[in-house]
Amino acid sequence: MRLADTLRFARDAALGYPLRTTLSVLAMSIGVAAVVVLTALGDGARRYVVGQFSSIGTNLVIVLPGRTGTGGFNPANVVTTTPRDLTIADAAALRRASAIRRVAPLAVGTSEISYGGRLREIMVAGSTAEFLPMRNFELVQGRGLPDGDWNSAGAVAVIGAVVRDELFGTEPAVGKLIRVGDRRLRVIGVLKPSGQGLGMNTDELVIVPVALAQAMFNTNTLFRILIEARSREAIPLARQQATEIIRQRHHGEEDVTVITQDAILATFDKLLGTLTLGVAGIAAISLAVAGILVMNVMLVAVTQRTGEIGLLKALGAPARTIRLVFLTEAAMLSSFGAVVGYLLGQLGALALRLAFPVFPAYPPDWAVIAGLSTALGTGLLFGVMPARRAARLDPVQALMKH
Amino acid sequence: MSLIELANIERSFRLGDSVVHALASLDLSIKAGEYVAVMGPSGSGKSTLLNLLGLLDRPNAGRYRLEGHDVTTLSSDQLAQVRSERIGFVFQSFHLVPRLTAAENIALPMTLAGIAPKERQARVAQALKDFGLDQRADHRPDQLSGGQRQRVAIARATIMRPALLLADEPTGNLDRHTGEEVINLLEGLNAQGVTLVIVTHDQALGARARRRLLMEDGRLQHDSAAAPDSPPISHAPG
Repeated sequence: MRLADTLRFARDAALGYPLRTTLSVLAMSIGVAAVVVLTALGDGARRYVVGQFSSIGTNLVIVLPGRTGTGGFNPANVVTTTPRDLTIADAAALRRASAIRRVAPLAVGTSEISYGGRLREIMVAGSTAEFLPMRNFELVQGRGLPDGDWNSAGAVAVIGAVVRDELFGTEPAVGKLIRVGDRRLRVIGVLKPSGQGLGMNTDELVIVPVALAQAMFNTNTLFRILIEARSREAIPLARQQATEIIRQRHHGEEDVTVITQDAILATFDKLLGTLTLGVAGIAAISLAVAGILVMNVMLVAVTQRTGEIGLLKALGAPARTIRLVFLTEAAMLSSFGAVVGYLLGQLGALALRLAFPVFPAYPPDWAVIAGLSTALGTGLLFGVMPARRAARLDPVQALMKH
Repeated sequence: MSLIELANIERSFRLGDSVVHALASLDLSIKAGEYVAVMGPSGSGKSTLLNLLGLLDRPNAGRYRLEGHDVTTLSSDQLAQVRSERIGFVFQSFHLVPRLTAAENIALPMTLAGIAPKERQARVAQALKDFGLDQRADHRPDQLSGGQRQRVAIARATIMRPALLLADEPTGNLDRHTGEEVINLLEGLNAQGVTLVIVTHDQALGARARRRLLMEDGRLQHDSAAAPDSPPISHAPG
């Protein structure tokens, strides 16, 4: 039997039972669509997190108090307690390292801010002039923190866009006096709205000189020291020099953890990549189920068309032709289902992107290829058994069932 | 040379614990161009004989030579090829593929044999004309009358120009008038040289054949070719 005839015969056979065909195509397409959408979600999460980490700055090295393990990033670092505190002097000492371009100490706390009778809770970040350029923050009005002695607590503040909107509305904010905690500060700058930055919403942030923040929170310790290496290649050296300087200052004890942005990125990339893979695996189960459904449908088809199979044999069709006709039909059902599912999945991913514009929900190529080929593979694999059963039917018995 | 030569054919089926001998020590020879009616009560082995002649079934013992070749030793794919090229089947219940048009049903044996579409088209067009189905080419079986369906089936059975045409109760599902038409058609084909074997229990139909075989309990009870003078069946229809 010619290829074109086999294809046409299988197609006509599939179209001859519309409900059955629709259901198996639907099952297969749901399976493929699940793979596409779920991996789009997983990979979107990966891209989102990686994007967030990249946006906190370039070539960053972060020093945090406390020692855990021999390196790398551990989520426990974020909440660990401090054996020996980091101080402004520690941060200042790092500035002399050759691989380090800029350093910004960071002290963090929460406080109340009020202006004109309006009051709200905000996060206060104490830092220095270089904090804004290092974190890629931009100003829409005014200027940044004053450059100069890190230990002088000038009563000034740079406020986030949301803080400005809520306290001042349409009034100009720069030059106004606000109250933060029990201090009166002058607003000198307003940050550009960005809405992103690692759980710390910069739009609701108030940035003050680091010494002022320490005074407000009655402490002399730092939350973090941010370091910018001279170049991407200098990151390992910057990390090594920072560790060494802090160790010397802390009487030879290595009681800080120095992490690099790259290490965090790599960790999250790996973590979320594995997650995507796991999600794809779960979705693949639905593909296997769809394959079994195709097999079931084909077995029913063989039973329903026993008389026809007998006729084909009487008309001189060899076993190979009959196997091929049924296998082709199974392949058609699953490949058509796979294509429909792929389109549905892309549509779903598009809908996700439209609903959440910040979330880059694109299915990765490997998942699309794996999903489509698994669909075809299971369809063929599960089509073999019914096709063999059809080819093995006894023609005399088969002809009697009509 | 005989078209068909059966020598000492045995065919038995196992039904539970008992063995049913559908055909027992059967010897039969049919020449090319003969018109043979196989008759007998149900269960006499007529259909088993027809399936065997059509290579759909194999004997348990004995030898079957078709056109001088021993076909009992062929593989099932070789048998399929012989069926495709040399044998045509006409069934009581027509056995048309319901989703295919009349033209596609007629073309089916050629499609299965891998004949080029162009030649298929020409031969189907000719067959539609010969069998008076030109106006019905694009109709599906459920849009055809019983007589038309059987004509499509006969056109399909002869489209590969077989040497042997096997018909199992070809008029069984038809009224007297259309049955008559179908038999005329088959006899016309026989007149053109096709060997025709009809299984029937219709006495009138059987009487039209030049040679009549009477089966009973898996044995050949009577062969009109061997004893041409005696009537095949004593109780005439009436």
